Amino acid sequence: MKPKKLAREALAAGETMAKAIPPRDIFGERRRNFFLFALLFLALTWWSSWGTEFDLWSAFASFPKALAWLGLNFIPSADSLQYLPRIGEKLLETVFVSITATTTSAVLAFALSLFSSKTTRPNAWVALVVRGLGTFLRSIPVAAWAMIFLFSFGQSPLTGFLAIFMETLGFFIRAFIETVDETSESSVEALRASGASWLHTVSQAVLPSVVPQLVSWILYMIETNIRSATLVGLLTGTGIGFVFDIYYKSMRYPPAGLVVLSIVVVVLLIEILSNRIRRSIQ
Amino acid sequence: MNQPRIPLRKPTASSFALNLVLTGFLVLTVVGLFFLDSKKADVGQATLKALDDLRKMLFEPVMEHLNWTEAITQLGVTLGLSFLTTLFGAILALFLSFFAARNLGNVAIGNVLKAFVAVVRAVPTVLWVLIFAIGAGLGAVAAVVGMGFHTVGYLLKAYSESFEEIDSGVIEALKASGASWWQIVFQAVLPATLTALLSWTFIRFEINFTTAVAMGAAAGAGGIGFDLFMASSHYFNIREVGFLTWLILLTALVMEIIATRLREANRLQG
Amino acid sequence: MHQLKVVQLTKYYKQAQALAGLSFEVENGEFVAVIGRSGAGKSTLLRCINRMIEPTAGQVLFNGTDVRNLRNRDLRRLRTGIGMIFQHYNLVHRQTVLENVLHGRLGFKSDWDGIVGNYTHAEKQHALEIIAKLGLDQHTYSRCDTLSGGQKQRVGIARALVQDPQLILCDEPIASLDPSSAKVIMDHLRTICREMGITVIVNLHQVDVALKYSDRIMGVKAGTLVYDGKPDKLSKKLIHEIYGTETGDLIDE
Repeated sequence: MKPKKLAREALAAGETMAKAIPPRDIFGERRRNFFLFALLFLALTWWSSWGTEFDLWSAFASFPKALAWLGLNFIPSADSLQYLPRIGEKLLETVFVSITATTTSAVLAFALSLFSSKTTRPNAWVALVVRGLGTFLRSIPVAAWAMIFLFSFGQSPLTGFLAIFMETLGFFIRAFIETVDETSESSVEALRASGASWLHTVSQAVLPSVVPQLVSWILYMIETNIRSATLVGLLTGTGIGFVFDIYYKSMRYPPAGLVVLSIVVVVLLIEILSNRIRRSIQ
Repeated sequence: MNQPRIPLRKPTASSFALNLVLTGFLVLTVVGLFFLDSKKADVGQATLKALDDLRKMLFEPVMEHLNWTEAITQLGVTLGLSFLTTLFGAILALFLSFFAARNLGNVAIGNVLKAFVAVVRAVPTVLWVLIFAIGAGLGAVAAVVGMGFHTVGYLLKAYSESFEEIDSGVIEALKASGASWWQIVFQAVLPATLTALLSWTFIRFEINFTTAVAMGAAAGAGGIGFDLFMASSHYFNIREVGFLTWLILLTALVMEIIATRLREANRLQG
Repeated sequence: MHQLKVVQLTKYYKQAQALAGLSFEVENGEFVAVIGRSGAGKSTLLRCINRMIEPTAGQVLFNGTDVRNLRNRDLRRLRTGIGMIFQHYNLVHRQTVLENVLHGRLGFKSDWDGIVGNYTHAEKQHALEIIAKLGLDQHTYSRCDTLSGGQKQRVGIARALVQDPQLILCDEPIASLDPSSAKVIMDHLRTICREMGITVIVNLHQVDVALKYSDRIMGVKAGTLVYDGKPDKLSKKLIHEIYGTETGDLIDE
């Protein structure tokens, strides 16, 4: 409404206005803005490169070198196949830790999201506390969680589990609140209006509506968490990350390459399976 | 009472699949619990200690091995690494996304790019960084290049999907008026999607910050993550870990607030 | 005793007034249409009756009890006696028609029986009869997301009927339907009222439908009652006043 009014006033003011304000040079303005932005980005880039000692040319140079080197040394050799049982065992551990951390945090996150979703929350304060908890858990990187739990749980799979659990819980709380809000608002209203209790509405209206969506989130996070677990494994000396670290530090590159390859295979398999599952449960 | 039972639903393929998946999750979770070897005898004691650690971290943070100037500088290094990664990743992703978007590029190239991205994203970032560190040495170059892989993959998907959401009529109208492909890209596609692209890019910057912290800790890429690693694994100082965690947490919060604002602005426009 | 008696009902949303002291009574078995523009306060009025919205002031007496004094279990018991039908049907889309209809029985159940969906044979039988009466017997085991709008609304009606309510509140039941489905729904509502003796209060914004079906019309404008009486007494002039229109165009939106 406002711009219209302004336009009308401008019309009413007539010629005097036209004389008083020179016509806006939109293209010139846009060009100026563009240059300002470009300058700002260049400055930030220069400053970041200087601060981090990053060198664009060596980055470019490293590329062909690294790829050629990868081609020569990182290809799993026949020799490296002897490491396969060990790699398989540790990869299995990582996959299972990821799955368990994801599913258990999903259960807790779903319960918590019911206290925070607009449709099911008991009151606005509880909702705010849950949301805050989610943001807190999510904002601490998984690496930091790992470093924290190392103090009490030492170098064990449990440390990795807890770190991933915390990060995932934070992520799920936000995702599930949105899912519950989006998918079940109207049916919750109908059930409440017919005299159903809170537990009834949750189990009969919310749960059936959100389950496929939750499964989809869980599948996505399992895949993500296998990668996170590799990182956490490096820090906590467990799982596939640890195995990679050993081969890497002792410069046994072909088996290290085999580790990478096996992770790729497992993650891609899980992705394909996930897509199948998503389609079949609609 | 010999009435036949009235079922509430008839079995369908999708409900069968759903039950199968949920049972699968349950079984895998139970099996997974056996992998959670604590190695230490007493989980209860460790849990109590973890809670006490959390309390110390959150309420008694200190700096012992670094001062404010160093802490802020290291935070700046981490932010710088994420900025560089996001910038170079965005440029490359933008270029590729013109070919990957269904309404701009061609389907075959799009599929090849998608398959490539799927493989690239299957490798954890930390491994990319370590692989490039062999050639370039541990440091900013390996970190930026290594983190760049996932950044390009993520932004390529986000950008090309933004392009695909454009009203097909606009492109058709320009084509009909004889505009070239480049003219269409610069006059219609980019202006129409600019806010969406910026918003996705910022979200990735936020993710890259977290990743950069992790790379500092796990791959020796420097920055605040490395200090975190030192405080935890060398000085065993939970209160310093607490201080660094606060610093990271607050930075992440500020970025999330900015990202939320951007997303809202984006929603209003779209 | 009136089945429903509303006294000086007032509702504020923060500073904005939605209801400005409405008073009226409804007798057992009446078919009442509430008309007015969108935003006039029709929905708020309906939801204050079963306390889906908390009134700011005034009384709502249902069979003599003030619903505003009810807490938890008593409030739920009140709601079991009042069915509700919604513009967007408000069904659980992934569940079958039968499951959705039986949701109307949850208010009568213990927590545990409701959680696991433990319904008695008699309840299921009753639900099947109602489903058949509404012409949905072909779709008893269809998932609700496969139904048309008119069919979904019939499921909504069945869900309200399975409660054995004394009163049914309908919030714009035909606003999202095509004319022929709308007619089917309105016919069902009238039959329910005539044959089962259930009171029906229905929010409408189509005046012609209200005139055709109801025993009594209430016109709401800016949270106040500007007309309450027989349909045939409602003059063109009054209709224009209710809708705030200048011309003969009565169809809102």
